[in-house]
Amino acid sequence: MRLTVRVWRQATPTGAGRFETHSVEGLEPSMSVLELLDKMNHDIALEGGEPVVFESDCREGICGACGIVVNGRPHGPIKRTPACHQRLSSFADGSTVTIEPFRSGAYPVIGDLMVERAGLTEIMQAGGHVQVAAGTAPEADQDRITYSEAEEALDFAACIGCGACVAACPNGSANLFLGAKLAHLAKLPIPAAERGSRAAAMVEEADRIFGPCSLHGECAEVCPAGIPLVAVSWVNRERLRRGVLGRDS
Amino acid sequence: MTAKKAGVRPGTVLDPAEPDGPRDTAWQRAKDGYRIVSPLNRRKFSVIVVGTGLAGAGAAATLAELGYDVTSVTYHDTPRRAHSVAAQGGINAARAKKVDNDSISRFVTDTVKGGDFRGRESEAFRLAEESARVIDHMNAIGAPFAREYGGSLNTRSFGGVQVSRTYYTRGQTGQQLQVAAASDLARQVRAGRVKQYVRHEMVDLIVKDGRACGVVVRSLLTGELKPLMAHAVVLATGGYGNIYFRSTLAKNSNASASWRAHRRGAHMAMPSFIQFHPTALPISSEWQSKTILMSESLRNDGRIWVPKDPADARPANDIPEEDRDYYLERKYPAFGNLTPRDVASRAAKEQIDSGHGVGPLKNSVYLDFRDAIARLGKKEIAARYGNLFHMYTDATGEDPYTVPMRIAPGAHFTMGGLWADYQLQTSIPGLFVAGEAGFSYHGANRLGANSLLSACVDGFFTIPYTVPNYLADKLGQELVSTDDPAVTQAMEDSYARFDRLLAIGGTRPPRDFHRDLGEVLYAGCGVARTKKGLMEAIAKIRAIRADFYRDLHIAGPVDRVNQELEYAGRVEDYLELAELMCVDALEREESCGAHFREEYRSETGEAKRDDSTWAAILAWGTDSWEGTPAFIRHVEPLNFDAVPLVVRDYR
Repeated sequence: MRLTVRVWRQATPTGAGRFETHSVEGLEPSMSVLELLDKMNHDIALEGGEPVVFESDCREGICGACGIVVNGRPHGPIKRTPACHQRLSSFADGSTVTIEPFRSGAYPVIGDLMVERAGLTEIMQAGGHVQVAAGTAPEADQDRITYSEAEEALDFAACIGCGACVAACPNGSANLFLGAKLAHLAKLPIPAAERGSRAAAMVEEADRIFGPCSLHGECAEVCPAGIPLVAVSWVNRERLRRGVLGRDS
Repeated sequence: MTAKKAGVRPGTVLDPAEPDGPRDTAWQRAKDGYRIVSPLNRRKFSVIVVGTGLAGAGAAATLAELGYDVTSVTYHDTPRRAHSVAAQGGINAARAKKVDNDSISRFVTDTVKGGDFRGRESEAFRLAEESARVIDHMNAIGAPFAREYGGSLNTRSFGGVQVSRTYYTRGQTGQQLQVAAASDLARQVRAGRVKQYVRHEMVDLIVKDGRACGVVVRSLLTGELKPLMAHAVVLATGGYGNIYFRSTLAKNSNASASWRAHRRGAHMAMPSFIQFHPTALPISSEWQSKTILMSESLRNDGRIWVPKDPADARPANDIPEEDRDYYLERKYPAFGNLTPRDVASRAAKEQIDSGHGVGPLKNSVYLDFRDAIARLGKKEIAARYGNLFHMYTDATGEDPYTVPMRIAPGAHFTMGGLWADYQLQTSIPGLFVAGEAGFSYHGANRLGANSLLSACVDGFFTIPYTVPNYLADKLGQELVSTDDPAVTQAMEDSYARFDRLLAIGGTRPPRDFHRDLGEVLYAGCGVARTKKGLMEAIAKIRAIRADFYRDLHIAGPVDRVNQELEYAGRVEDYLELAELMCVDALEREESCGAHFREEYRSETGEAKRDDSTWAAILAWGTDSWEGTPAFIRHVEPLNFDAVPLVVRDYR
């Protein structure tokens, strides 16, 4: 198949950007949108141009490195699917596909489709961890976590950190990411021992870097890990809990 | 054992510095003998850890927690994306909590035997012993392991093992462990105990007076080169399976840090031991960038088969029972679909090569859940493998609940890597290696779910003992100055390297050479090898290397993000390592584990080891890459004490 690709080009973080149009031929419907970029970049390199910069790594939907806006949607047209699993079968042969970087004030463009998502790491550094030094952990079977509690923790722990939730949010809020992390750790006995101070630190950091949430719900629609929208409620839940109880666990 | 092939010279006999005496207590005796650094002196020692996967994040976080001055380097934008994140199935631990008769000694037997007696027995004991602590630690720092209804940890079975010792979190075990380990590291970064360099790649190792004293890193955003100095360096940079172009690895995983360390004198052990994962998805288009991996745990319930008649073109569900060949169950009744990976991969290749392959390109075999769904119900299968089934549907457009999956062997885990002694120290003092980047534990074949375990044990529970043992007598020793000739030389070499690549000015992008190399390696040094095939592969690799230096084209400048230049550096290293892999495979005149030389097989067609000659680790030095390379073959003899040498038999 053949596609016309309108792709965002921006050489430097401060430089002006523009759309560039390429016609890409010899495509298969089973290729991913990242493989479309691979093929397009190959053509560009052979013609002496500069290939489009974009990020990807595992291409198995788990590392969270990839993230682009395809036809206006973070990751692409198929709901809750990462860019590396978005297939060209979504597009009609001969149609035009627009590819841009994730759009958010908190994601400065580094070059072309590559953006800086370090704010998510900063939230994790603020409190997304557990104060247990190697060698000091209690026996794991002594935590009596029921099957359903462990499963619920896993539902939230599935977040791959791609940051599409932020790119989809009209407010640029990271509350789906943040809430998923708070819920995951609050549901496990040892991590829960620090849930109050964790919530205070992480929420403060998220508010500083990203915007507040006004429950548009766009985040959950694009989340490739299927994090449920209820995760955003955990942000206020944990913040209030800390405020009311004033203690950790 | 004499080196006799062209370009191969005999080297030294290597000493793994294992503790004497019984191996089941060796780790405790080793630790008792290790020196330690007192808490107040630890901050006077700097350690660089390259890589932030389970081994790297674990080592950096733990050394920092102990009080050392730690610098952590990763080419990712954030540590959590390291490739450990992609492991699906699980992590083994010899906790022996169940009554299925598991034990430390059984773990060691499975591991040593699974590795076809080409790994160190002593290290399998360390792995088993620390496995209990690893589960406790990862559980405590936030990995939500699967639980039984009563609340205790759940386990499942994996290939090559007849007990249930694999701990897991759905099909995302690697992700959950990696996120927990990266969080552990994040805590140390925020506390100011780790200096973190993200989006930096290691381009060289700095060695002075025979000791590792730093690394040269390059910013992937600005191209700036910079020396980082330390008293010890830990490489935890993962495996090099990507050398095959299409592999199950993340696209950015590479060999460069290991290979640059090798070029500075660190021996490379067993580079040809590559595991081909039996449950990868087959290639379906030319531009497919990798082979997608399905968890091996699928083999717990899925049955593997092909049509008995190669000409049978009926859809899978129309082929009746009597016309199907469940070849693993037929050939290996005791282990059936749970045979170890090398055996399952080789059996699949035999079926495909003999024309029994299925799918449009006849390049795959069926993995069928029909019987399991009939027995357990769709709901139970969905609970066990739901996300994997979803992923399969995503990738192929087929519904595995109603038609069998199609799978094929794909290049996966590298058992080979930098040679290291029992302390995980390479042949360069002060340079340590952890996780898949190193050679250890796995022998000629890795058992499923031993990879996450070995990375965690190395990072959290081995490096924190062995690095201090190295540092303890160096109190008061200043860091090497960045003005030192050793440093300026390494910097000049690094600048010269990138200038040289940029100056070639040819017509072909680096990916083209990589693609060609991958085809040569799959054909010549893949699931099965022959002398003739390896000789041909070496000749072709040399031709590709010559082409590379004549016709490489790199678009874009050196001083901002340039993914083509990064890629070219990777390919340059692969082109050298690939030749060494073939030399290693050619030298080893036997079949063992993942290394199957067709010339060496038993009457029943199985791999045939030659223990009298090849019960040994080959660790290579190389030289003269500017002309005709020379290969120096060092040897570490292996001996087995707790697990007597036996023929692997999964029938």
